[in-house]
Amino acid sequence: MRAKVIITPKREVLDPQGKTVQSALEHMGCAGVGEVRVGKYIEIELDGEREEMEQKLNEYADKFLANPNIEDYRLVIED
Amino acid sequence: MNFAVLQFPGSNCDQDCVHVLQNVLGHPTRLLWHKETSLGDADAVFIPGGFSYGDYLRTGSIARFSPVMAAVKEFAADGGHVLGICNGFQILCEAGMLPGALIRNRSLQFRCEHVYLKVAAPESPFTASVPEGRLLRIPIAHGEGNYFCDEATLETLEENKQILFQYVDAEGDATDHANPNGSLANIAGICNEAGNVAGMMPHPERAAEPILGSADGRLIFESLIAALEKKPEPVPA
Repeated sequence: MRAKVIITPKREVLDPQGKTVQSALEHMGCAGVGEVRVGKYIEIELDGEREEMEQKLNEYADKFLANPNIEDYRLVIED
Repeated sequence: MNFAVLQFPGSNCDQDCVHVLQNVLGHPTRLLWHKETSLGDADAVFIPGGFSYGDYLRTGSIARFSPVMAAVKEFAADGGHVLGICNGFQILCEAGMLPGALIRNRSLQFRCEHVYLKVAAPESPFTASVPEGRLLRIPIAHGEGNYFCDEATLETLEENKQILFQYVDAEGDATDHANPNGSLANIAGICNEAGNVAGMMPHPERAAEPILGSADGRLIFESLIAALEKKPEPVPA
C-alpha cells in the first residue's frame, strides 16, 4: 500500500512561490493560467490494514506532516 | 543566574548566545545538546537560531521531537522563561508553545540586514528594561520569518498584549515598507498568553556589543535578567 499526502498552503495564506510561478508561466505565454499554489507531496509506503492506516495517517498529517495553521492536506491511499 | 542554550543538529547561533550571556553579561551559561532530558538548574532557556534538521519538512518541525523539548515544555508549564530566537521562534511555534507559524518571506528572498523594532508590550519580562519610546536596531537573517496566524489569534495576541516587537521604520512607524518579510501586523516577536515564553525573528545576540554596530539587543537579555532577579524564589515543598 502507498499513501500520497498532498499538502497545499491554505487559501488565506500568502503563497509567494505560487505567485512567482504563475507570473513565470504568464511570461512563457501560457494562456488561461489562473492562480497557482505551490505545496508539498509526500509518498509513504505502508504495511497494515487500510482503514487503520488511513486513520493513523490523518493523525500524523494533522500533528506533523502538515501545519494546520498554514496548510491543508489531502490523503490518497493506493493498494 | 544560570542559563541554558539548546543545541540541535544545525543550530548555528548557539555559541553567539552563550558568548553574550556568559562573556558580555557575566552569567554562567551552558550548551545543552538536544538529546538531554533535563535542563538542570537553568533559570531561563534560550533556543538559538540556525537551521535545525536542515529545515526539513518545515522550519522547526523536526526539532520539537528532540528529547530536550519535553523538558522545555515542562519548564515553561511551571512558569520558566524561554526565549526562541529566529529558528528558535520557528521551533516554539511548531511545538505549539507559541501560536501561529512562520512562512516564506513574501519576497522569497533571504533577508539579512539591520531592522528597527518597536516594543509593543513594554511590561513584558523580555522588554521591560527598554527605555520608553526607544527603537531597537537589531539584525535579521532569515528566509522564513513571515509571521502568520488566523484573524481570531491575531485579535487575541493584540488583546493580551502578546505582540512584543514590531518592524518599524527609523521614525517608529510600522509601515509596509519597514516590514522585511510580510509578517502580519509587522510582527517581529510574540509571547504566549502567560508571558513567559517568547519568540522573535531578529537576533539580539548579534547586537549586544558596540563593536558589532549596535548593542540594542542587550536590552532584551537585560530585561529578562532583571525580571528573573525580581522573581520570588519558589517555596520548597
